[in-house]
Amino acid sequence: MTTQTSSSPRTTGGGGVEVRFEAVERYFGSTRALDGLDLTLRPGELVALLGPSGCGKTTALRILAGLDEPTKGRVLVDDRDVTAVPANSRDMGMVFQAYSLFPHLTAQANVEFGLRLRKVDRARRAARARDMLDLVGLAHQADRYATELSGGQQQRVALARALAIEPSVLLLDEPLSALDAKVRTQLRDEIRRVQLEVGTTTLFVTHDQEEALAMADRVGVMSDGRLQQLDTPQELYAHPRNAFVADFVGLMNRVPTTVTDGRAVVLGVGVGTVDGSVAAGAGTALVRPEQLLVRPDDSGSAEVMFVQFSGAISRVRVRTADGSELVAQIMGSALGGLTVGARCSLGLDAERLLVTAS
Amino acid sequence: MSAGRTEISTGRTRSPRRAAHARLVTFRVVVLGLVGLFFLVPLLSMLDFSTRSFLTSGRTGAAWAKLVTDPLLAGSIVTSLVLAALTVVLMLVLLVPTMIWVRLRVPQVARPLEFLCLLPLTVPPLVIVVGLKNVVLWLNYLFGDTPYVLALLYVVLVLPYAYRALDAGLSSIDVTTLAEAARSLGAGWATVIVRVIVPNLTTALLSAAFISIALVLGEFTFASLLNYNTLQVAINLQSKSDAQESVAASLASILFAALLLVVLSVVSGGRGRAAGRRSGRTTAVTTGTPAPSLPSS
Repeated sequence: MTTQTSSSPRTTGGGGVEVRFEAVERYFGSTRALDGLDLTLRPGELVALLGPSGCGKTTALRILAGLDEPTKGRVLVDDRDVTAVPANSRDMGMVFQAYSLFPHLTAQANVEFGLRLRKVDRARRAARARDMLDLVGLAHQADRYATELSGGQQQRVALARALAIEPSVLLLDEPLSALDAKVRTQLRDEIRRVQLEVGTTTLFVTHDQEEALAMADRVGVMSDGRLQQLDTPQELYAHPRNAFVADFVGLMNRVPTTVTDGRAVVLGVGVGTVDGSVAAGAGTALVRPEQLLVRPDDSGSAEVMFVQFSGAISRVRVRTADGSELVAQIMGSALGGLTVGARCSLGLDAERLLVTAS
Repeated sequence: MSAGRTEISTGRTRSPRRAAHARLVTFRVVVLGLVGLFFLVPLLSMLDFSTRSFLTSGRTGAAWAKLVTDPLLAGSIVTSLVLAALTVVLMLVLLVPTMIWVRLRVPQVARPLEFLCLLPLTVPPLVIVVGLKNVVLWLNYLFGDTPYVLALLYVVLVLPYAYRALDAGLSSIDVTTLAEAARSLGAGWATVIVRVIVPNLTTALLSAAFISIALVLGEFTFASLLNYNTLQVAINLQSKSDAQESVAASLASILFAALLLVVLSVVSGGRGRAAGRRSGRTTAVTTGTPAPSLPSS
């Protein structure tokens, strides 16, 4: 196979491909890592798989890369079944969690590696590698070896190396998890910029919800080998489909309530219930901190336990009359009167909530 | 300023510390000197004996010249060197792909493989020779009566040391991630091994190779009992007719093995320093090889 290095080398194979997992299952002995995964990545989009350790997200990515085989199900790329295609013939670029640059090669040679295997001639290979290093802002470090680069730089070079072969799909396996917080944020933005620039369909695996929400077009939340919800970050945050997603993505307060005729009274306020809520009876309403209203009120039934001033947005923890603690997120300018120990009343700024079984 | 206080406070602790340091240095020098004497005195004695002219009471290089001119000794040196090279090649061809493959694809057999490779350590060479005598007869039948069939036996002999060296090398790199990265870039398994893993095992490969050479050059039991004329066998024979030549050959083989280890140390140290410089820290390179020995039995 020969890679086409176009005159505009920053483009990839052509706007991305569609990737589809069809009822993919994976067992390790008797342990079920993937339980009938159905997932479609649209051409050019970045989908993040988010979930706790052992939820199956990395297994899904490795199956797509060809580094692991599904026990059942199929993987299709642009309607072509690639389930049995070996990893080295899949044309997918991958950035790993562990630093994976070849230690005996310079950054430039690392980026050229895939092109060399594709028998791209030396001049075009070098030009393409320089372009890719330039794309990730490391053209001036081309002659450095992996051990001479910082962790963030190594992951940038790994990204350039993965993109150099013009992959049909880009796979990112927690590439930021080994980096410190500042570098992680920088590289996160950079990966997204590069992905948008080259337009490659990308699957990104992470356990960090902030990363997933910040980078992805759509986020798939996984648990116990199942895709719990696949949605845009905004939808996922605003309308979690079940208690797991609600708990895993963002902070969530749990307020006891009772559902009657599709409505619940939460903190004295009547609200509707969303799909997936309990139909009737006792349940727990899931309330985001920003949906909780806290007002200074000497006759209020709640008490302020803790105030965390963080500039524009601040957090207040209150204890209700029944002893449970709730977290509210309010504007920093609205903190007046809310001091530790002060009485307050609680309200709700929501029309519909998810109410789960208690 | 605080600097003054620091000066005073460190001044109080400096002299006992300095004294302790001086004692440590003295101890080290004494130990090093004693160990150096232990090794150097016999070697210098060998050099003295092999260059002494008993006729003129002066010095002569005749015994050393015979290493090249004496057909028995020269032939045995060539045989031993070829055997060493053959053993190294066979050992690397056998062990390197196997160990990489086991690490990448069948890690569950890593323990049995280790056990198998270390097994020759527990069996005395004499027992191995007796056990393999019939195998050697078959090898002679297949390949002719050539001493080079010994290379197949020597591969077994060097397995434990080579395994340890290579295992240490493989443990020092993330073989799985490097292989998966290369695979995702389009590399087949052969390319992964040859162009990605092996280049990162240079020190371990050199270490395994040099240890194997040292072992083969010093091996006596196999060759003697199977009636092949290798260097150690020739030295033993020669010692009965020309002690000076025999001692010269012994010293030469020891120096050659020592030279190999110095080269290994320099190469390892050079790579370690380079890696340390690149990563901005001092990196100790461990070859994972046991202290080499020249078995004479």
